[in-house]
Amino acid sequence: MIPNTLPQGLIDNPRLSDWVGFEPERRVRISTGKVEIGQGILTALVQIAAEELEVTPERLHAVSGETAAGPNEGVTAGSTSVAMSGAALRLACAEVRGLLLARAAERLGVAAEGLVVDDGRVLHDGRDTGHDYWSLAAELDLARPATGSVPTRSPSHYRVVGTSLPRVDLPDKIAGRGFIHDLAPPDLLHARVLHRPWRDARLVSLDLAAVRRAARGPIDILRDGDFVAVTAAREDIVNRAALAARAAAVWDGGMPVPADIGTPDWLAAQPARVRSVDTGDAPDEAGQTSGRVVEATYWRPFQTYGSIGPSCGLARLAEGRLTVWSHTQNPYALRDELARCLGLAVDAVTVLHRQAAGCYGHNTADDAAFDAAYLATRHPGRTVRVLFTREDEFLAAPVGPAMLVRMRATLGHDGRPAAWTIDLTSPVHSSRPGTYGYHGFRSREALPDPPPQPAERNDRPDAVGGGASRNATPLYDLPFHRLIHRTVDPFPVRTSSLRGLGAFANVFAIESFVDELADAAGVDAVAYRLSLLSDRRARAVIEAVAAMCGWPGDAPRGEGRGLGIGFSRYKNRAAYMAVAAAVEVDETVRLTHVWGAADCGLVVNPDGAVNQLEGGIVQAASWTLKEELRFADGRVATANFDDYPILRFSEIPEISVRLVGDSGDPPLGVGEAAMGPTAAAIGNAVAHALGTRIRSLPLSRDRIMAALLA
Amino acid sequence: MPEPTDVPVALTVNGTTVRLVTDPARPLLSVLREQLGLTGTRFGCGLEQCGACVVLIDGTPSYSCTREIGTLAGRSVVTVEGLGRDGALHPLQQALLDEQAGQCGYCLSGITMAGVALLARTTRPSRDEIVAALDRHLCRCGVHNRVVRAVQRAGAVLEPPTARTGDGA
Repeated sequence: MIPNTLPQGLIDNPRLSDWVGFEPERRVRISTGKVEIGQGILTALVQIAAEELEVTPERLHAVSGETAAGPNEGVTAGSTSVAMSGAALRLACAEVRGLLLARAAERLGVAAEGLVVDDGRVLHDGRDTGHDYWSLAAELDLARPATGSVPTRSPSHYRVVGTSLPRVDLPDKIAGRGFIHDLAPPDLLHARVLHRPWRDARLVSLDLAAVRRAARGPIDILRDGDFVAVTAAREDIVNRAALAARAAAVWDGGMPVPADIGTPDWLAAQPARVRSVDTGDAPDEAGQTSGRVVEATYWRPFQTYGSIGPSCGLARLAEGRLTVWSHTQNPYALRDELARCLGLAVDAVTVLHRQAAGCYGHNTADDAAFDAAYLATRHPGRTVRVLFTREDEFLAAPVGPAMLVRMRATLGHDGRPAAWTIDLTSPVHSSRPGTYGYHGFRSREALPDPPPQPAERNDRPDAVGGGASRNATPLYDLPFHRLIHRTVDPFPVRTSSLRGLGAFANVFAIESFVDELADAAGVDAVAYRLSLLSDRRARAVIEAVAAMCGWPGDAPRGEGRGLGIGFSRYKNRAAYMAVAAAVEVDETVRLTHVWGAADCGLVVNPDGAVNQLEGGIVQAASWTLKEELRFADGRVATANFDDYPILRFSEIPEISVRLVGDSGDPPLGVGEAAMGPTAAAIGNAVAHALGTRIRSLPLSRDRIMAALLA
Repeated sequence: MPEPTDVPVALTVNGTTVRLVTDPARPLLSVLREQLGLTGTRFGCGLEQCGACVVLIDGTPSYSCTREIGTLAGRSVVTVEGLGRDGALHPLQQALLDEQAGQCGYCLSGITMAGVALLARTTRPSRDEIVAALDRHLCRCGVHNRVVRAVQRAGAVLEPPTARTGDGA
């Protein structure tokens, strides 16, 4: 038998017992290094494991993101969890089933091929053999390396995978349970940290008496360098103290954020490291092109994840061992960096993932965990609980990077692009703990003797999907493509991953530009795209969404209504998605209907995938229409949801999503697939409605009015 | 430990009389989560901007993050923990499950309370009425349309039999 190629998760964590275990009351444990961040991953993994083990999903429970047990699968990001953790779990479960059946066959003196599993019981000739997984597992040591030699079930026989199993975590959440915020051990100590307003700011003064008065209850104030924390037994007391401390603190020195950092001109003027990548052969401008050049520049502002629940971390130091509860996306990296920054041995630190509000990129979860861990070292024997204030969810959070994208195409005689250049400028899109030697904790820099940071940080390489360059290269058939990537680093604010990374701005720019090229060529936008696409699956999602929305619609150009389209394949390796948007524009944009067609190959949970795509459409629409961080007084000046409005119930369009892929294809990640195509579809619809194009996001009332008056 | 400024407050929480000795300025949310162990109500912003902390006070959806406990003597508070009956979910909670109207679920406690209040007024809310009732609630995962469908579905379950008879006439 030819063994399956082992997925990375099984190479890194080969022991079968790391993935599967059999527990009392006929329960099955599955373990994963991936974590639930609102995307439904645990439900999908339960389905995959239930399928291979042939037990009902209700018997399974998932242990997720606990560093003391279970596999290390790195970060939960990039829409890769079903493809990666799912592949490892699938093989591990198939092998465990095979081992247990082989054991049963041995005991029964029959061929394993004649045995059938029914919800964990072993049947022979349709009769219960008296053996089941739990009795057989007691006779076997599953702490053995996976070989990948047991075939997995054929997709044509799937009974659980491919069904819309309800989310396993939702019943608790609907009943008001299941969040890290709800952990309340009896020795709890509430804490809030006073975060610095800008990098390397020095605390000049803090009126402690004013903080104590505002707290209206007993508090302790800890100051260590430029790090200040308030602790109390009651949460409302630390809340009041934290708000008072922020108002009373006077800061100086360091690197205040430039007031105009949020403008394209500022970003374009910064020194940058530049790389250029050419694909294909540059055309002979005189002979092979019409000489007609189209150029356009697009802008995506600084934005933020804006999770409804602020970040929370808990930590307890007892007998030299530190236990940390966190909603981090990467429990192992968090453990390693906490150990490094606190001077503890790695094996003295345990990180336990617990669920929080939705995670749409690098948020303050790791910061809250560090704050709690540091304070736990100062209060041994107490469980310290840190919650970020809403203000610090804006002020102290990693920022979704702005991007300036310049597009340029030389058209051939046939109206198709003969040469194509994308020139993008952006800070780095990743500063997670553990990347590029960076510890990633905001508060560690405020404490005395911070560990040295790398002088220069690189963006994520193209080989792992890129950062700013994510989706900078479209799937279109282009004879010559040039990518110019300008990385602005170091940078005055901490920029990091926001759902989709550079794909959001790049797809917005590319797909807007394709509409502009279609206009220049005098060709319908859908027909133009199809003329540039030989990828069968790409064509299929575009054709599907065009049919769904009644393309091209009946709205005349420039009269206030518009239909637009956008397409990409996320990272050029995850799900394909085409989106169409219908808008009505007067002084603002009203989004009336959004359609989406996606090909994500084998879909483990169709309703879960649709839910992710619908949610991606809503969030991307919010970014596209409303969201922009502002800066003033050396800091982020956007402090709450009144300053930073997001899409509300009254602004949500009708949404129709269809999955059009083939279950014979491998699963492709869906979590971030909708972001770029949605922005482009809305931008193109608004351009049609206005008869003029707005190339800078968000498509706010101010920008609409300026376009109307131009 | 009681502070000198603490005062006695008696109110009804989820149908049970609760007598507290507490700082009258303490937010209801803090009393619920810390003093009463009712952690289903969520802190989102502390500024009456997101709706995550909404509970019912005498049947009216109200922000608990800013409401001072001292103003609630004799009043009746209902939280997400008080919705179910005999171990069963409230029809709106069941409808949220049926529609899978959640991703992270953090906003749902507040949304559920506002939806329950709306359904107490009318079991046949229009889409516009539902949107108006929920518009001060933020959801970042984007399950809005599923929530709207869940409210309509729950309304059909809650509809009094007489109204259903009338429907057929």
